[in-house]
Amino acid sequence: MPEEYEPRIVAFLCNWCTYTGADLAGTSRIQYPPNIRIIRLMCSGAVDPVYVLKALLEGADGVLIGGCHPGDCHYQSGNYKARRRVAILHSILKQMGLDDDRVWLRWISASEGRKFADTVGEMVQHLKAKGPNPMKGQWAI
Amino acid sequence: MPIRGTIPITAGDTLGAMRRLLRTLLEKGVVDAILVPVATPDGRNLVPTLVRDPEQLAHADPIAPVMPVQASRVVSQLTFTAPSERLAVVLKACEWRATVELSKLRQVNLDHVLTIGVDCGGTYRVLDYGAMSAEAADLTARLLQQIEPATGFRWPGRELRTACRICENFVSAGVDILLGLFGVDPRQEIAVELSDKHAELAEVLGVQSKELPGREPAIAQLREARLARRDEAFAAIREQLKTLDGLTSLFSACLRCHNCTTVCPICYCRECIFRSPTFDHASQQYMKWAGRRGAIRMPSDTLLFQITRLNHMVASCVGCGLCEDGCPSSLPLTTIFRAIGQEVQALFDYEAGRSLEEELPLTVFREDELHIVER
Repeated sequence: MPEEYEPRIVAFLCNWCTYTGADLAGTSRIQYPPNIRIIRLMCSGAVDPVYVLKALLEGADGVLIGGCHPGDCHYQSGNYKARRRVAILHSILKQMGLDDDRVWLRWISASEGRKFADTVGEMVQHLKAKGPNPMKGQWAI
Repeated sequence: MPIRGTIPITAGDTLGAMRRLLRTLLEKGVVDAILVPVATPDGRNLVPTLVRDPEQLAHADPIAPVMPVQASRVVSQLTFTAPSERLAVVLKACEWRATVELSKLRQVNLDHVLTIGVDCGGTYRVLDYGAMSAEAADLTARLLQQIEPATGFRWPGRELRTACRICENFVSAGVDILLGLFGVDPRQEIAVELSDKHAELAEVLGVQSKELPGREPAIAQLREARLARRDEAFAAIREQLKTLDGLTSLFSACLRCHNCTTVCPICYCRECIFRSPTFDHASQQYMKWAGRRGAIRMPSDTLLFQITRLNHMVASCVGCGLCEDGCPSSLPLTTIFRAIGQEVQALFDYEAGRSLEEELPLTVFREDELHIVER
């Protein structure tokens, strides 16, 4: 096992559901690990894979994409499109020998502050077990 | 039912028969203009050429084994604003597949277009073709004499482009007029297939209805040989991609010149994120990153560029391989993009360029799918 480290997670959260869920976790005083850096977007469907890849290649240990539950997208179908994009991203990462399991897509609603906190906790544990992102050691990429 | 038959050839002049066919389309007013490869005056290259005067078809050659640019990009240019004139476009199989993708991406408008596909025996790099054309003035005719059942075109001392060596889709599906060279003696006759919509052209073009029992087996034989070579190439590149060292070494020579993007038919975006200042950071930021890692490669974001390009276009990659031709570092981009594209497209039971009806993976969705990625 690698020496325990503190994973860094970059999160892209949709304005209407997951970001508001994260806000609820905060206002409800629910504790969750401080390993996450949140970027708010209007929709999970607006997450271009380039930003996920930028984070990973710069050495983020994990990327969390949060959106509304299927059927609940503020823009009708953005989350379904996000799911297809993430499926492509996972496939490409896997085929390039990179770890697709560092990119998580989760549906968390505005009322699920607890679920948001639990998801962050679960992801931190998961990434600790995995060890640091090997991209950190690569200068020539 | 589509019409199947042949056009007879006199004196073994295959090209002459093709030029006559194109000429008929112009002279009988079937179309107002034709986009077709025409030899440059020095004879060392062929370029897509927009022809309105039938006399200018004298040096047209839809069979010549060279593809300096993707004609689908030209088709986009010629149809984007939907001109009222009717246009015929003569395309190689991968140019047609890219045209199909661009049509679905709303970059090509096929409303007034008559699409003509020609069986492709494979192409050589432009410089190779230039040298070969100096070796034989009647290069196309000579190549037609020796179509190899297992390779396609063959020329001593030259190899087909990577993309062509591993291409199994060398016969266009879904074009209005298909001109076939495989499974017939192309010095005697050209196989012709007309779509239902254009059945009336049989008479105009002098197509004689005829069964061609040899055609399917000949196509199948070449396809099988190409598939074997393709799978071998895929296996080798996948082996290399598997490790981090293999991956970084595959792309280590990338200059980030963006030539691959420039020549790619699918990379049609007018504003590419990699030609924007999005990833131009403040000078101190680079210092900080170098401090964190000890060192960073400059210019930065080479691998980011390549993997992002894969994410953005590989669902529609038709495997024409012009990216590899355009690469000054000769990265094996054709094989990488085709191998990765195969699995990405399979996720959606999609095959780029196969049909105009199949929906682009990134424009549609199903409510109940891909639960593996969301958990």
